[in-house]
Amino acid sequence: MQGNIAFLGYGLAAIGPGIGVGLIFAAYINGVARQPEARGMLQTIAFTGMAITEALAILGLVFAFVFQG
Amino acid sequence: MSLNVVPLHMLPAVVPAAEGGGEGFETPGVANFWWPLFGGDGAFAFTRPALVLLISVALIAWFFVGATGKLSLVPSKRQFLVEGTYNFVRNTLGRDIIGSKDFLQFLPLLFTLFTLILVNNVFGIVPFVQYPTFSRLGFPLVLTVIVYLTYHAVGIKRKHGVLNYLKSLVPPGLPTWLKPILFVLEFLTYFVIRPLTLALRLMGNMLAGHLMLLVFILGGEYLLLHGDNIGLKGAGILSMAFSVGMTFFELLIEFLQAFIFTLLAALYIADAVSEHH
Repeated sequence: MQGNIAFLGYGLAAIGPGIGVGLIFAAYINGVARQPEARGMLQTIAFTGMAITEALAILGLVFAFVFQG
Repeated sequence: MSLNVVPLHMLPAVVPAAEGGGEGFETPGVANFWWPLFGGDGAFAFTRPALVLLISVALIAWFFVGATGKLSLVPSKRQFLVEGTYNFVRNTLGRDIIGSKDFLQFLPLLFTLFTLILVNNVFGIVPFVQYPTFSRLGFPLVLTVIVYLTYHAVGIKRKHGVLNYLKSLVPPGLPTWLKPILFVLEFLTYFVIRPLTLALRLMGNMLAGHLMLLVFILGGEYLLLHGDNIGLKGAGILSMAFSVGMTFFELLIEFLQAFIFTLLAALYIADAVSEHH
């Protein structure tokens, strides 16, 4: 079996951002369910938070390709 | 979700057995995305994504120019689609995020970004085209550079000068010792992390999604044709069937990524336009 340890590392690195994005959207759904009129404002905040959290996973993917050699 | 477990477990078991028989399974990789058409094999080669991008630009231009040329009070199907797309970008992405005062001047940029990314992403699963243009980093990079220059230029203009713009990065009302730390963090966010993630998010999603389809289809084909027993052939059929489901999932991701890219571009511009912060 062949493979590359860098991608295993990416899998591990994606756990944290995965949980983080899940928490963000859970809070967003909760917020919209409690107060539907706040949807527009919450959407902006949720996507900003997601962009920052997801950055970690994206950097992980790129580093997996960079260090696979 | 139990379906996708089967071929992935089977693959490593198949490879050594097949290597003994002569022909092995070649895992699809990033190399599958390099398609020079003519002009050599180097940096200036005219590649398949470049061709797809040109086709998409021609398609978008034909679609929108043709539809807006003969507008009628009772819209045709085509005009309805154009109006729907425009309304979506204008209201959801423009007005709600940038604010009703400033959003109109950025609307052409946002609309171009949204339609271009959407059409190019959907080309990833359109038969005979089947290449998501933005899976090559160069293409999202150009869009990101445009967004990057736009929001910095707007920010510098709105905050009256480069120094004031840099000062405005730190939120007001903080203790003095915290300000330098936060300035470094905010500076990195605005100047490095934001453009980097904006380009890489689109590229990563398109690359990963298309790669996943390649793995399921090529792996399924290999299992079906070269599998040693009936179980492996069955797994191949399951893998091929699952790839159909994944194609629809890809369609969802493609819409979502076009939406998110435009949304984040609008958010960054809104940040630059806002008076406070």
